[in-house]
Amino acid sequence: MDYATSGSIYTVLVFVCFIGIVWWAYSKKSKAGFDEAEKLIFDDEPQQNNRESKVDE
Amino acid sequence: MSEAIQVHPEYNYKVIRQFAVMTVVWGIIGMAMGVFIAAQLYWPALNFDTPWLTFSRLRPLHTNAVIFAFGGCALFATSLYVVQRTSNVRLFSDKLATFTFWGWQAVIVLAVITLPMGLTSSKEYAELEWPIDILLALVWVSYIINFFGTMVIRKVSHIYVANWFFGAFMITVAVLHIANSMVIPVSLTKSYSIYAGAVDAMIQWWYGHNAVGFFLTAGFLGMMYYFVPKQAGRPVYSYRLSVVHFWALISLYIWAGPHHLHYTALPDWTQSLGMAMSIILFVPSWGGMINGIMTLSGAWHKLRTDPILRFLVVSLSFYGMSTFEGPMMAIKTVNALSHYTDWTVGHVHSGALGWVAMVSIGSIYHLIPVLFDKPRMYSIKLINVHFWFATVGVVLYIVAMWMSGVLQGLMWRAINDDGTLTYSFVESLEASKPFYFVRFLGGVLVVIGMLIMAYNVYRTIKSDSKEQAVEPEAQAV
Repeated sequence: MDYATSGSIYTVLVFVCFIGIVWWAYSKKSKAGFDEAEKLIFDDEPQQNNRESKVDE
Repeated sequence: MSEAIQVHPEYNYKVIRQFAVMTVVWGIIGMAMGVFIAAQLYWPALNFDTPWLTFSRLRPLHTNAVIFAFGGCALFATSLYVVQRTSNVRLFSDKLATFTFWGWQAVIVLAVITLPMGLTSSKEYAELEWPIDILLALVWVSYIINFFGTMVIRKVSHIYVANWFFGAFMITVAVLHIANSMVIPVSLTKSYSIYAGAVDAMIQWWYGHNAVGFFLTAGFLGMMYYFVPKQAGRPVYSYRLSVVHFWALISLYIWAGPHHLHYTALPDWTQSLGMAMSIILFVPSWGGMINGIMTLSGAWHKLRTDPILRFLVVSLSFYGMSTFEGPMMAIKTVNALSHYTDWTVGHVHSGALGWVAMVSIGSIYHLIPVLFDKPRMYSIKLINVHFWFATVGVVLYIVAMWMSGVLQGLMWRAINDDGTLTYSFVESLEASKPFYFVRFLGGVLVVIGMLIMAYNVYRTIKSDSKEQAVEPEAQAV
């Protein structure tokens, strides 16, 4: 296989993968997981509260 | 920095504190170096006829100091912090973290010594000679093992999107650094690239552009995806968009390098491909920027009272601006005007000072009180003062360079009826001179802002947490 053919196949494969990723990201099935994931940055807040209550002591 | 004041015994905050403080220190040094060489362009006598004070040797020192010392320390601090906080687990290895910190500082100190001596591989943003490159690779691998090791032992099922960006940044930078640093050493301080001719140039700009794309973009987007929602107190605008943003950005960026080599010996089709990929890159860049800015929807009022959030959001505006400007400048006909002029310098600094520095500064202001167990920064008012120094400084800088750059481009291409050049090079230099003073002035403002930050950080760390907070948070505007 010459370089142009393998390059074309690779390009199409990457494009298909990307469409797959978009489809997966916007599917209803992924929603619950994403909702959990986006709250991760606030999940260790209790420690933050400990910190602030400690200051108030 | 004793372990005694640590209130989160499960997290390793020591290495984060070290990197956070060094971010400020290297920021001041690197930016002050930039101001000095900007002054040299206006007052050439400032090189004092000393070889190691010349622009040619100090310019790589400036770029290495701001990108790898300032930007690098900010990335280490935030990535190692975010991966712990979003994985609910302490760092994989404290020993590796210590090695990463001291190894990285050693690389920077070696750069500070060797670059003014004129020891350079002459590859832009990869000037360091081979022994330092090897040390850098070792430090980087220790960082990768620690970061991914921490994700492996995480206590939660999801990997937060910021960690995806940080992870991609680390792996890609390792690949780029190792591939571009392949040399044949002829002595301890001299080596030659194993690549030749146009291939060497292409490898260099594949490295160079992806240093922008992954070091200065993906890594700082990781920062953005944690600190913007955290500081705004609400989750990111669209997590779905952030997933698509990630995959689109990392699969496209790697192809854009050839736009640094328009109208050179690089094959024409490669230039056109690089141009096309650079234009497409606009889409994921703006997707990410919109995702970050829209995180504030419904909470815009916070911008009035929170200068940290203002730093973060204005950094995203600069990101949007420079990722519009970049694809435009990659178009060959535009590039014919802009390349080799000050426009490029202005573009880089709208990205580096506007986006990278501001998002780092905002993140560090968020981090310092958390790391040193204080309720907030010593003075919110001073953060606001810093914000205005930084913003006015950056705007002065980039506007001056736009004007100077377009002027240069037009003068260089002007041709008389008989085909001779209308202007000599020195005439275009004279035309640019006033703008070089404005650029110097902008740089001075940025450095003053950093000094204010250093004072604020110092007072925050030294303060007794019960007595401090010189003003209520809500008052500061």
